[in-house]
Amino acid sequence: MTLAILNIDWSTLADGLALGATYALMAVGIGLVFGVLRLVNFAYGQLVMAGAFALALASEWGWPVWAGIVLCFAVVLALSIAMEHLVFRPLRGHSPAVMLVATFAVAFLLQSIALLWFGALGKIAFSLAFLNRPWTISSVDIRKIAIVAIVVAIVCLALLQLLLTRTEIGLHMRAASMDFATSRMLGVRANRVISFAVLISGALAAIVAVMLTVQNSQVTPDFALRDTIVVLAGVVVGGLNRPVPATLGGFAIGFATGVLGGALPTNQSQYIPAIVFAAVILVLLVRPRGLFDFSRTVERV
Amino acid sequence: MTLTVEGLDVRYGGVHAVRDLSFTVGPGEIVGLIGPNGAGKSSTLHAIVGLAPASGSVRLGDSELLGRRPEEVARSGIALVPEGRRIFAELTVEENLRLGLAGRRGRDAPDYAGLFELFPVVHEFRSRQAGALSGGQQQQLAIARALVAEPDVLLLDEPSLGLAPSVVDVVFDALAAIKERGLAVLLVEQRAQRTVAAADRTHVLAHGALRVTLAPNEAGDTDKLVAAYLS
Repeated sequence: MTLAILNIDWSTLADGLALGATYALMAVGIGLVFGVLRLVNFAYGQLVMAGAFALALASEWGWPVWAGIVLCFAVVLALSIAMEHLVFRPLRGHSPAVMLVATFAVAFLLQSIALLWFGALGKIAFSLAFLNRPWTISSVDIRKIAIVAIVVAIVCLALLQLLLTRTEIGLHMRAASMDFATSRMLGVRANRVISFAVLISGALAAIVAVMLTVQNSQVTPDFALRDTIVVLAGVVVGGLNRPVPATLGGFAIGFATGVLGGALPTNQSQYIPAIVFAAVILVLLVRPRGLFDFSRTVERV
Repeated sequence: MTLTVEGLDVRYGGVHAVRDLSFTVGPGEIVGLIGPNGAGKSSTLHAIVGLAPASGSVRLGDSELLGRRPEEVARSGIALVPEGRRIFAELTVEENLRLGLAGRRGRDAPDYAGLFELFPVVHEFRSRQAGALSGGQQQQLAIARALVAEPDVLLLDEPSLGLAPSVVDVVFDALAAIKERGLAVLLVEQRAQRTVAAADRTHVLAHGALRVTLAPNEAGDTDKLVAAYLS
């Protein structure tokens, strides 16, 4: 069975959806922290990289899959908390440029540490490789990881939505991302809200690390670096300061990258970033506030 | 509990916004702060809630508030209705009220019935987006949001700014009712006569310092008011 347009078959479509779902989770992770700190965490990809190395080490040591995943979460969450206390908190309230450059520094620091410890070739995370095998659904082969990624992303986004709309801390996070000063004045604890956002963002990075190591088991120091840049572009295209558009932006750019990667012949796939980023520039020229930002700004005096 | 401001100074860089200001607001009292633009009224409120760098002393009962973070001040029983209302336009009216609970000390159920009695519109529109309310309704929501925390002291920064006269009446009636409930109310306003009439006493500020204190029966004394402003 084949979709006629662009020679896209169902398994390519599933892979595109899976990459879109994974990028959507990264977009949410970046967006949550941006919401409360007004900080674009460029080092987000290195959190994913650290989680991926944790998975690779666990498989090298012969740990069971669940233990590897636990280690991955532990490493990424610990690193997130350290980043918050050592970098985000001291720089809170500084200009966005200062904070962005600081996260660049953190990103390259972590990447260099990984290079020193594991070398340029890195390590291989193979314990979850079985998820690359296909399930055959009415004569179409779809990789298990595609289904797993889509389901995990949907579950995560639904849980996050519940958290943000139904709980006290969720309400405080939403309010803080709209107007931090007024929220604090009402008694919302700034540090608690920020720590919580950083933790959830870290948990999402750990989940993304699991998903990406299945797709690409060769874990190198620049693991997830390109993905982060692509996701950041997607988030900007969607609309950085609004969570839903940002998530949709991440999904859209992941889906486009995934489908193009499957549809183009292998010898042309190096053009994908060029095509995707040309589309990003075009979108920003036509809709500078973001592709998915449909809000009208109504301000009352 | 009584709010005591003693020898308060606020400086922003080279600007001396408030100079050696002292006054008290007791339970069941409304105290007005009026004066021309730039007199230091808002700076005084900001210093009390921890948003402006200040020296001197601000106490609630016996505990010192200066140097605390804004969220700690809110949680110790001081609620501010900020200038421009600062409601969360994209959240519902009910969510705005729930945010007010962040500053609450008790764990018992808040007295929503009493609030809705004071501000029926807040109840009527509780599931609407707050941004869809009119300016007057937003002001009522902002006051209700401050009251949900059940503070000892309510600070209001120009609550009547930009409101139609009929809505200004609603706000001032609400303040009288809030005073009856035993709260200490500090009211910063531009409407001088209205404030002098509603408050137990009104301090006139100019250039950051207290110039004169007016009693309610002096509200009609326009000459004295003008003299206080121009002194």
